[in-house]
Amino acid sequence: MFVFTDIIAHYNQWVTVFLMVAGLYIVVARGNMVKKLVGLSLFQTSVYLLYISAGKILGGTPPIIEAGREVYSNPLPHVLILTAIVVGVATLALGLALVVRINEAFGTIEEDEIFAEDAE
Amino acid sequence: MRLDVIFRVAVKIMVPFILMFALYVQFHGDFGPGGGFQAGVIAAAMVILYAIIFGLETAKRLVPPRLVEMMIPLGVLIYAGVGVACMLMGGNYLDYSVLAHDPAHGQEYGILLVETGVLITVAGTMTAIFYALAGRGR
Amino acid sequence: MIASQLPALQVVIPLLGAAVAALTRRSAIAWGIALAVSWTMPLISGALLLQVLTSGPITYSLGGWNPPWGIEYRIDLLNGFVLVLVSLIGAVIIPYARASVEQEIPQGRGAWFYTMYLLCLCGLLGIAITADAFNAFVFLEVSSLSTYVLIALGRDRRALLAAYQYLILGTIGATFYVIGVGLLYTMTGTLNLADIAGRLSEVENARPVLAALAFLTVGISLKLALFPLHVWLPNAYAYAPSAATAFLAATATKVAVYLLIRFFFTVFGVIFVFKTLPVSPIFLALSLAAMFGASIVAVFQNDVKRMLAYSSVAQIGYITLGIALANQDGLTGGIVHLFNHAITKGALFLVMGAVLFRTGSVKLEDLAGLAKRMPISMGAFVVAGLSIIGTPGTAGFISKWYLALGALERGDWWLVFLLVGSSVISIIYIGRVVEATWFRPAGKLASGAREPPRSMLIPALILVAATVYFGFDTTLTVGVAEKAAAALLEGIR
Repeated sequence: MFVFTDIIAHYNQWVTVFLMVAGLYIVVARGNMVKKLVGLSLFQTSVYLLYISAGKILGGTPPIIEAGREVYSNPLPHVLILTAIVVGVATLALGLALVVRINEAFGTIEEDEIFAEDAE
Repeated sequence: MRLDVIFRVAVKIMVPFILMFALYVQFHGDFGPGGGFQAGVIAAAMVILYAIIFGLETAKRLVPPRLVEMMIPLGVLIYAGVGVACMLMGGNYLDYSVLAHDPAHGQEYGILLVETGVLITVAGTMTAIFYALAGRGR
Repeated sequence: MIASQLPALQVVIPLLGAAVAALTRRSAIAWGIALAVSWTMPLISGALLLQVLTSGPITYSLGGWNPPWGIEYRIDLLNGFVLVLVSLIGAVIIPYARASVEQEIPQGRGAWFYTMYLLCLCGLLGIAITADAFNAFVFLEVSSLSTYVLIALGRDRRALLAAYQYLILGTIGATFYVIGVGLLYTMTGTLNLADIAGRLSEVENARPVLAALAFLTVGISLKLALFPLHVWLPNAYAYAPSAATAFLAATATKVAVYLLIRFFFTVFGVIFVFKTLPVSPIFLALSLAAMFGASIVAVFQNDVKRMLAYSSVAQIGYITLGIALANQDGLTGGIVHLFNHAITKGALFLVMGAVLFRTGSVKLEDLAGLAKRMPISMGAFVVAGLSIIGTPGTAGFISKWYLALGALERGDWWLVFLLVGSSVISIIYIGRVVEATWFRPAGKLASGAREPPRSMLIPALILVAATVYFGFDTTLTVGVAEKAAAALLEGIR
């Protein structure tokens, strides 16, 4: 049975799920190729939130050894997400380059128009 | 008088400071937020800003496309080369501790070198992407 | 000293080769670099597999940091096998690629083809060798991104569409994989595969772990083109350059299967995945759907490369059937089919690439009577086709034999009948090509053809000879696969 406090306490996970589903919906529902890439980016952003919000340590300082500090933040989720962001940027760049080439080759970036042209 | 005088003057002043900031972010990556990727993107943003205000041709004279295309594999070679150097000096791949007389200094040098490699590759890649996509469709 | 660094060299040498190839402008120099790297890889992976066979699994700590703090490269029988497969396929395809790339890829872009090929090789070898879950994601994306570029280099403008579609689906798959790894990291606190396996026993029935398994399965299944997540594969294989298609068909999906096996058996464990959860019936149903559905669709294709692509989807169904059976013989059959299908499909795509090189078309109506002009190539096609069907005396028979044994071990007679049934369907589509090329009078395109140059013919013949050889002498393939399957079923837990 869902109590209201459950929703408030896990608000980070609700936001993650919302972004994830919104991104996937855009990829599926939109025929414009650039919009699909936007949806993909949104979907990947939700994953970054999943890692970082789960890796937050309350009261943690940057992980550099300093006298008087005891609670350090965990650097690992941040490092993983840096890698994931770079991969996401590279994928987005590659996708956009493909869209530019497709536009030059087909004259349009709407998927239904391309399929109509291809079917002839 | 051209309408973009403010832009042109402001960008001419800002460009060196943006590059300085990129290098600051690069070298302070081990003490605060920063590192190779962030610095590379800031450096590329400098070139892109210059290209937007002064034109693509002027930017290409400032940072030639050939140089940018060579920077991309060069950074990868630096990074992988540091790893191979570590192997040659007796450690495992990317084991920076063997690079200097004691492990702490070795780690420092190793991280500095690999982050330089990352800076070169990322700056080159972002600029190359801009050059490739901006020049089309004319 | 080199011997202890071999695991790292396996991945570093292609990476360095790719960076150097990207600096060259001339396609011939880039090809030379790719050749040198591709011929070194089997030596390294062979040495690694030999070492594993004699003295047990090898472990290597990247950066000197010991696991579970650092990234570990761990080679046991299963991934030693996969490493040898990928490096051998790469070594065979590169001599072929020179003539094929020169014809199919526009001038000035040849060097980029070899750069991307070396990056893809680096990524695939990296996935096979690493024992860190997130490191596997990084290599997965390295290989995937270079694959998208390889496909986009095809001649037809529809290659761009195929690459775009694969990019969207592949990125969704990789992101699902990252979500799965993230959930596992949240529950266990570590990324090292063996360490996750150890810590998972305490938190087994927690919902995040089940969700992690689901996300990982769907994500990896997108990469291995399990029905119904296979829609990117026919377009990608049909429109990519021939050398790229042959390389990808033989290696990319197989490495994804390896990753799935690693997660199912080593990380989560046989009991959790197959006895507690209904993964076995689900995979069984999907494999059967792939075997039958894809084979039937392949029958109706007119483009031979597309037909072979659908055939690949069906054959991947056999491999996942072996995984779903989850017993000694079934899993052995699945792992052996990983190898056998790679060499067989590699041979078939190399032959079709040679046909494209000489005639300019791979449409069935254009290939009428081709065998009179290209008897050796078409003969190779027939032999490899027999292996796809599963004729005794070829490698394909060995894998289907073990799959049938695995089905019988579970008492599922009806599975054996279905296995034979789907093989009968493959007779139809292979038969269509054989009939068109051998038994029809020569058409216009076919009469201008001759045998492809030796640099293209010999790699294809090597793979076809391997198909026949491994149908008779199975000590190398089944021997290693059996021991690997036994080790997987025993598991760490």
